[in-house]
This record gives sequence, structure tokens and C-alpha cells, in this order.
Amino acid sequence: MSGARAWWRALALGVAALGAGSAAAAGKPAQAKVEIKHFAFVPEALTVSAGTRVVWTNRDDEPHIVVSAGNRFASSKAMDTDETYATVFDKPGTYAYFCSIHPHMVGTIIVR
Amino acid sequence: MQDHDDKQDDQAVHGRRQFLQCMAWAGAGTLWLMKGGVLQAHALDGLAGGEAADASFSFVQISDSHIGFHKEPNPDVAATLRASLAKINARSTKPDFLLHTGDLTHLSKPEEFDTLSGLMQEAKAPHTFYVPGEHDVIGDNGAEFFRRFGQHQQSGGWYSFDHRGVHFVGLINVLNLKAGGFGSLGADQLAWLKQDLAGLSAETPVVVFAHMPMWTVYPQWGWGTDDSAEAMTYLRRFGSVSVLNGHIHQIQQKVEGKITFYTARSTAYPQPAPGKADAPGPLKDIAPGSLQTYLGVREVSHVRGKQALAVTEEVLA
Repeated sequence: MSGARAWWRALALGVAALGAGSAAAAGKPAQAKVEIKHFAFVPEALTVSAGTRVVWTNRDDEPHIVVSAGNRFASSKAMDTDETYATVFDKPGTYAYFCSIHPHMVGTIIVR
Repeated sequence: MQDHDDKQDDQAVHGRRQFLQCMAWAGAGTLWLMKGGVLQAHALDGLAGGEAADASFSFVQISDSHIGFHKEPNPDVAATLRASLAKINARSTKPDFLLHTGDLTHLSKPEEFDTLSGLMQEAKAPHTFYVPGEHDVIGDNGAEFFRRFGQHQQSGGWYSFDHRGVHFVGLINVLNLKAGGFGSLGADQLAWLKQDLAGLSAETPVVVFAHMPMWTVYPQWGWGTDDSAEAMTYLRRFGSVSVLNGHIHQIQQKVEGKITFYTARSTAYPQPAPGKADAPGPLKDIAPGSLQTYLGVREVSHVRGKQALAVTEEVLA
């Protein structure tokens, strides 16, 4: 575990290219899901370990967009009904995000 | 039915109002007469001729056409926009122009903008003024919208113009939105607005239009604009201010001193009344065949020599 921590710390120091290759080499990254339903992110706060691929799925009839507050991870395109967006969170931290079409919709990904 | 014998002017006005009121209840639809910031509800049918007689000009607001939406309760939003335009074209009094208060498209796709442009050519009005909704600025901060539909007055996309004594201001409140926030005007636009209004006399009727409501209709659903209160401080000195918005696909009004706020129906689909559903998505639970009673257009008439504007709602059905 401490070895893994050190490894992720190395990533956090900016060895991004190595990280991408290593995650692929290590097999499928862990996956976690956020449902978008009734104009809300469910769960609103999601805690994952570093390297987890987070997948958002829009269950509303309205389109939604996942946008990082402060532009800390790549934003999605507009997701229509049942469309998904996924991104991998490599670095520990707290990532606030919102829907830029409906900015009252907010969520947080906590990466440990 | 009518006070024909009124001798004094104010009584004549009163009499005319009563006459309108009497005629009004005969049919469907609602006429909103605004006088000094006070809104009065009247019915619509049969009034068009009378209103046209002393109106110096009129314009029509349409909103939220959402081209690209294809689900219940309206799988054909192009057809309902077309029906709205036909309704406008059929009026005996031709509007001087149209205002589209945003959400032209559902997903800001080029083909959706193409369809919208094509449909709008069916409108028999010399010009349409547009402001974007949040659905029109997806992915490119509105670059495509402004390229096609912008007035190109200010780099931020906002603009103003004067039309036959009325000052019109088109504002953008769907960009640079913040997490947890509502619509936003931003410091640059507010500074411009302050300057834009500064030279006008307080007697000038002002019409402000923007997509998102410029008062807090329902914060739980994000129906408001973060910094609209600041804009209102610039508008408060005017004798007649009408604020026309879209976004919530239903009519809501509020009077605040001399400022009257209106939201418009959509030409595409209705949304639930504030708090009447889990979420503000399309209202699907409507009686079969009744969709068109939820959709509509709004006509605004400027009455010659008066500060008041008359606002008329018209449903598609």
C-alpha cells in the first residue's frame, strides 16, 4: 500500500506520461459511477482512489455537461439522454464540478 | 358594456379599459396591459383591432425553440416553431420585429442552428433580434451563435438599440456561469449597461431582454441571475421598464416598482411550475392533444404618447 502511495505521489509530481502507460499496463483502472438524474449528480460527493475512472451517465431528458470548477480536469461535451462521459482521476485532491447548462447542479470528486 | 359618455380624459381611459375588459372575457388568451409598472390582466380575443388602432408599433417575443429536442412531450419542435411563426404572420398588425430570447437550439449543433435559421425565414418580419440561451453556447462559449445571430456591437455580445422612442437592451446572462450559481451578467456587461442607460431621460420606456430570468423565480432550480439586482439599480429611475426573459418555458410575472418582469412560454415544450416536480425537465404529464395550449408567443405593443407597453400572450392552440 505504501508502495502504491509512493507511486501515486510520483505521479502527482508530474510524471504524467509514465502514469498513463503504467495504468494501462496495470490492467483496467478501477471504475466508479455518477448518475445524473432529476437535475442532480448522484452521489453528489464521490470518494475514489487515485487512478479511478469516473463515469457519468445522464438519465435526464435534458442534456447536461460536466465542467470542472477551476478547469482542473477536462470537461465533457453535452451529454444527451443515456450518454456517458468518463475521465481518470490520477492525482489526489478535491475536484468540484458543475453542469454549465444548469450551474445549480454541483458535485465533487474526492480522490485519495 | 362600455362607458360611452365619459367626458373627462381619465374617465375616457377608464371607459376604454372597461370596454376592453368586457370584450376581453369573450375569448381565450390573455392580454397584459401595463401602466406605470402595474400589470392588469385582460383576455385577448377580439382585442387585436382595438389595440392596433392606437399602438405606434408592436413586436413579438418568441423563446426556447430548442431545435434538436425530439422527445416527449414534443417530438417535432420544428413544427411548433413553424406554427408559432404562422400565428404571428396571420396577425392583422405586423410586428416591427421579433425578439428570440434564447435556446434557439437544444445542443448548439451547427445543423440545429441551420434548421432554426431556415425556419425563421418564414417569419414575415423585417428583422429578428436574438440573445443566446445556455443551450446555444455549449462547447464554444457561443462563438457559433454570435457569428450567426449576433449584433456585433460589443465583444461580449450584448447590445442596445432605439426603436420609435423605446430603448431596447439585449443582455447575455448564460456565459461564465459559476458552480452553484445562476445566470450571470458579469462586471464588464454591467459597466456597459450603466453607461448605455446613463444618457437616457427617465421618461424613455426601456425594454430589457435576456434568456434567464432576471429575478429569482426559484433558486432551487437555478431560475435567476446572480447579479441582476445590480442591473436593476441602473433601471429603477425609469418610468417604465419591461424585462422579458425565457428559460423557464412558462409565464411568470413580477412587479417591482416601475420594473415589470415577464418570462415567456416556449415554442417547444412546457416546464413544470416552480417546485411542482422533482426537477425542471420537460413537462410530460399533460393531457393528450393539449401541448399547444402550453406553447405560445408574446406580442408587445407600444401605445403612442404613453409610457405603457401592452403585453399580449397568445397560445398556439
